[in-house]
Amino acid sequence: MDCRIEVFSKIPDARALTKLKKIHALGFKAVNAVDVIDVYTVSSPKLELADLEKCGSLLSNPVMQGFRINGNGMISSLQGIFDFAIETGFLPGVTDNVGNTAAETIYDFFGEKAEGTTVYYSQVFYLRGKTSPDDAEKIAKSFANPLIQRIHIKGWEKFSQDNGMDLIVPKVRLNQSPNSDLVDLNVPDEELIVIGKKGIADSDGSRRGPLALDLDSMKVIRDYFNALQRKPTDIELESLAQTWSEHCKHTIFAAELDEIKGGLFKEKIQKSTEQIRALKGSKDLCASVFVDNSGALFFDEKFLVTDKAETHNSPSALDPFGGAITGIVGVNRDAIGFGMSAKPIINRYGFCFADPKDAKLLFKAKDRQSPILLPERIMLGVIEGVNVGGNCSGIPTPQGFLYFEERYKGKPLVFVGTLGLIPRKVNGKDSTEKAALPGDAIVMVGNRVGQDGIHGATFSSEALTEGSPATAVQIGDPITQKKLSDAIVKEARDLELFNSITDNGAGGLSCSVAEMAKECNGCVVELEKIPVKYPGMQPWKVWVSESQERMTLAIPKEKVQKFLDLMDSRGVESTVIGEFNDSGKCIVNSNGQKIMEIDLKFLHDGLPKKVLKSANFPKDLKEPEFKEPESLSEELLAMLARLNICSKEFVSTQYDFEVQGTSVLKPLQGAGKVNAEATVLRPVLQSKRAVSLSQALFPKYGDISTYEMAACAIDAAIKNLVCVGTKLENIALMDNFCWCSSLQPERLGQLKDSVQACFELSVNFGTPFISGKDSMFNDFAGFDESNSPVKISVPPTLLISSLGIMDNAEKSVSIDFKLEGDFIYALGLTKNELGGSEYYASKGFVGKNVPSVNAEKSIGIYNSLSQAIDKELVASSIPVGFGGLGIALAKACIAGNCGAQIDLQKTPLEGISRNDALLFSESAGRIIVTVAPKDSAAFEQLMQGNAFSKIGVVLGNGLEIKGLNGKAVCKNSIKDLNEAYRKTLRDF
Amino acid sequence: MAIPRVLVLTGYGINCDEETAFAFEKAGALPQIIHVNDLIKNPQLLKSFEILSFPGGFSYGDDTGSGNALANKIRNNLWENLLEFIDEKKLVIGICNGFQVITNLGLLPGIDKKYGERSVALAHNNTARYECRWISLKNFSKKCVFTKGIDNISLPVAHGEGKFTASQQVLEKLGVKDQIVLKYAKRESLANGEFPFNPNGAMLDIAGICDETGRIFGLMPHPERNILFTQQDNWPLQKEILKRAGAEIPEDSSGLKIFKNAVDFFK
Repeated sequence: MDCRIEVFSKIPDARALTKLKKIHALGFKAVNAVDVIDVYTVSSPKLELADLEKCGSLLSNPVMQGFRINGNGMISSLQGIFDFAIETGFLPGVTDNVGNTAAETIYDFFGEKAEGTTVYYSQVFYLRGKTSPDDAEKIAKSFANPLIQRIHIKGWEKFSQDNGMDLIVPKVRLNQSPNSDLVDLNVPDEELIVIGKKGIADSDGSRRGPLALDLDSMKVIRDYFNALQRKPTDIELESLAQTWSEHCKHTIFAAELDEIKGGLFKEKIQKSTEQIRALKGSKDLCASVFVDNSGALFFDEKFLVTDKAETHNSPSALDPFGGAITGIVGVNRDAIGFGMSAKPIINRYGFCFADPKDAKLLFKAKDRQSPILLPERIMLGVIEGVNVGGNCSGIPTPQGFLYFEERYKGKPLVFVGTLGLIPRKVNGKDSTEKAALPGDAIVMVGNRVGQDGIHGATFSSEALTEGSPATAVQIGDPITQKKLSDAIVKEARDLELFNSITDNGAGGLSCSVAEMAKECNGCVVELEKIPVKYPGMQPWKVWVSESQERMTLAIPKEKVQKFLDLMDSRGVESTVIGEFNDSGKCIVNSNGQKIMEIDLKFLHDGLPKKVLKSANFPKDLKEPEFKEPESLSEELLAMLARLNICSKEFVSTQYDFEVQGTSVLKPLQGAGKVNAEATVLRPVLQSKRAVSLSQALFPKYGDISTYEMAACAIDAAIKNLVCVGTKLENIALMDNFCWCSSLQPERLGQLKDSVQACFELSVNFGTPFISGKDSMFNDFAGFDESNSPVKISVPPTLLISSLGIMDNAEKSVSIDFKLEGDFIYALGLTKNELGGSEYYASKGFVGKNVPSVNAEKSIGIYNSLSQAIDKELVASSIPVGFGGLGIALAKACIAGNCGAQIDLQKTPLEGISRNDALLFSESAGRIIVTVAPKDSAAFEQLMQGNAFSKIGVVLGNGLEIKGLNGKAVCKNSIKDLNEAYRKTLRDF
Repeated sequence: MAIPRVLVLTGYGINCDEETAFAFEKAGALPQIIHVNDLIKNPQLLKSFEILSFPGGFSYGDDTGSGNALANKIRNNLWENLLEFIDEKKLVIGICNGFQVITNLGLLPGIDKKYGERSVALAHNNTARYECRWISLKNFSKKCVFTKGIDNISLPVAHGEGKFTASQQVLEKLGVKDQIVLKYAKRESLANGEFPFNPNGAMLDIAGICDETGRIFGLMPHPERNILFTQQDNWPLQKEILKRAGAEIPEDSSGLKIFKNAVDFFK
């Protein structure tokens, strides 16, 4: 029978109180109480009413909960409790983790009798307070995302008449013919363009969603099939579209651009790494670069550390929670899929949003249709997504940032990264070596395939418009992946049960199988063997679906059974879906019928190479003129409260940074708990060796120069690691380019400049790029509330992530001022470089004098500081970043909960005559350190030859700064600084 | 007696198994990580261990209530073996999600040795949010084997459902029978419910309890994450102070004592 088991709370429920707060925040003050009810809709052929009573007790906790079946006796007990009820549940086919767990619990208890039982989870909210039906609907909409959830609302009257909410069993019923269609490409160019842009036409004329193939690519495909004298099937076309997508093939970085014939990636990024590695010789850190799912460095004699950073911007724009959780759990698979499988050990994150207070609606379609989500909703959803993804997976998430700028309103940027740990040798064999062999079984492990996540790869290669596909949204299930990860990394790998492994990410099986097939030169897949979430899916959808938490492995025939048995005993589903061979072809059969046969060579290398031309980005820049403010005390407080500078503690404390027991320098440092730019961890508890990690980006500098934007990000990402005690020679980098309108010559001009900086600076610093990723179309086109067209492009954004290896965790240095009497030193030259700074932004200016990097001078300071830290002469060290010296000093004071007296006249400077400029200039290559007086002579000796000076002393309980004229220009108590630093985002 | 052997449970989203095993090893025990399905397949395995440890994590993703689904699985398949284990005067520790599992199993509080009865719960934090922070604790129990010789200790918490909840009657009994072990503190006094000192809103600031014998212990904070000097919150300041006083920098940290107490119990 089908029934509803409703579990209600007998004690005050914190979830309900939080919900009430959110409703009030939306402006619906009339609602004065909320109850949350967990509902399990059980659909079972054999279980009877008495059994369902038992299910109720299995699914609830008698200390704080009660339950009722099908609303028995409910109405009388609820009389007067609420005015309307809202139910939110998943749409049919959406991954329902709680429902699945409930079903597993029921199976485990009842055994055979529970066969065929399915459980669907939903929540009912009882809301008390006079509210119009219109407002009730608005509240309900704020609870759910219509792309993945259904909403039902009932007023009390209807609720009591019906004896509660309705019994709804959201089973998937598909009415599609599960066949493959032929597509005619011998059509006019106009039609080819439409197919490429909007997708294959179904029989009713509707389009299946973007292939994101341009006319050149469509013609190449047409010619390929014409030569074979047949029409392509839909699955062949979809498969090519996935493999050739910008997302997978990085067509812009591979394209010929102006004089760079071999493309930006090969001739710049990859080449810089080659040069650095050659120069370093035996001191080369790199174990694997650009060839696998992650890059890898040597950690010690026994282990490698892997690193990878991804973006999940487009899915997060549509469903912030779902986009972010699948982003973080997805990039975990880049560790699991590295070499013979690395254990994920650290997550990192970075989010770019518009101001969460911005409440102006924008729409994808005319007449206020299809609104995009507001910045606050996106921010909270994304933060929550990484929270659940990281915490549930048992991977510490200590390192990250939030960056705010109004141009991230159309599309947020969501960066997620994962480090992994893998032994250098597995049973004596090099763990980075892997290859599928002809005859190996193709095995899919993890979740089943559903309609979720169709066209993710091609969608993210397009701008966000009205036609963006809803099915591109995926739901994460971190526990399924945790089981899979444990079973593979901790058991199957060391038992040598597989020859090769890769992730099912963008493009799903179509990409992972075809990618592995390169290793042996061929594959054949029997599509009907692929486990699906529900019957009736069209073959092409099964093949390209991006349903999450799946890996593909190549398993030698004689080990298949042992592997399947191991997975079964760990609660992980695994299935043989085909065989690798050396046929030179990628073949897919469906129930004995061949529906895809493409030459691997064409599939992987047939994509026509783009030829692109760049142009200069037009700029009209000047330095602003404004009077120096009288009180810099007020300015400093206002700067501390700025979104890009203030405390992000509410994010740091909801991400578990202690799990695995590896943390050394934590996200919040000092007694005053200030967000630090770099984090240190000991991934092997038995060893004192450590990894340090940081990230840096300066999108506002890009409005002036994308070259300096990139150069400053590289300098800062390196400097942040030097500050905690990492030697320059032990640092590597990753690049994540998030661009906009990337086919416009001017945008390509900006890209070319920034890539040139990456090349030059990485070579100068000797810090190789080991991995990277790009997302080239972060644009939004739509309408505002008055129907005027709006286009928002993200500012060209380059995130540089850095990874360092340290000999001794116990020598790491934190940012907080430590003890009274310590001397404060400024390292590095401060120049009149406020272009693109937070200070200018606070006055509404961009400016012109953007910070520039002098690698030689930076290197001198970094190497000297490394020596001083190695000799344990440095008590604290904080990099100077957004907001300049003033902010670095304030943060170190707040973190240490101690004051400082500073004399700006002593600062090493050049071309600066104003105190505000000196305090807030963002010149690169600068650091503030403190040193115990007894160590100062030794410290100064080590720093000789660099621009540095003693500028003050740790003292008292306030920050007092004397200006260039010798008079006090800034005086704040630690209490006031602390308050300014914390207030902006405190209420989230 | 010989060195105690520790069964550290894993599987289904348990994720603190490795660091828990590391803590026991550092304390001088012989830990072995075993998948719950392997134990169900061969329940006799349990006999060869002296200590059973339910580590932290997200068993079943907290679906159907934190710890509930794994508790159901263990109750369905291993209940008699567990009772036998307890009866042999062996030790059980449940940390964080492990604490949630053993309260759902009714191994705790086991008032009047009524194991199997659920009478305390760990509800959603007052903030309705996952909280990862360092907190101070005071030890109140004389009988708990694991906290012998500990007065105050600083440990990290990391959970979304840790609000200790019980009826007035049960709370009183726990007090009378010396089963309340750790309470959240604010400097010298108790947290008195104040956030973030009491990070979840737990009744009476309770962070950990034991059964009537003192041999079964459950707590929300993570002692296995405070074994090494560099794991501590704000250790760089401690290091600076010690260094300038000419003192040596220790290698271990205070959480280790909890695991050493377990090992010493078998001496």
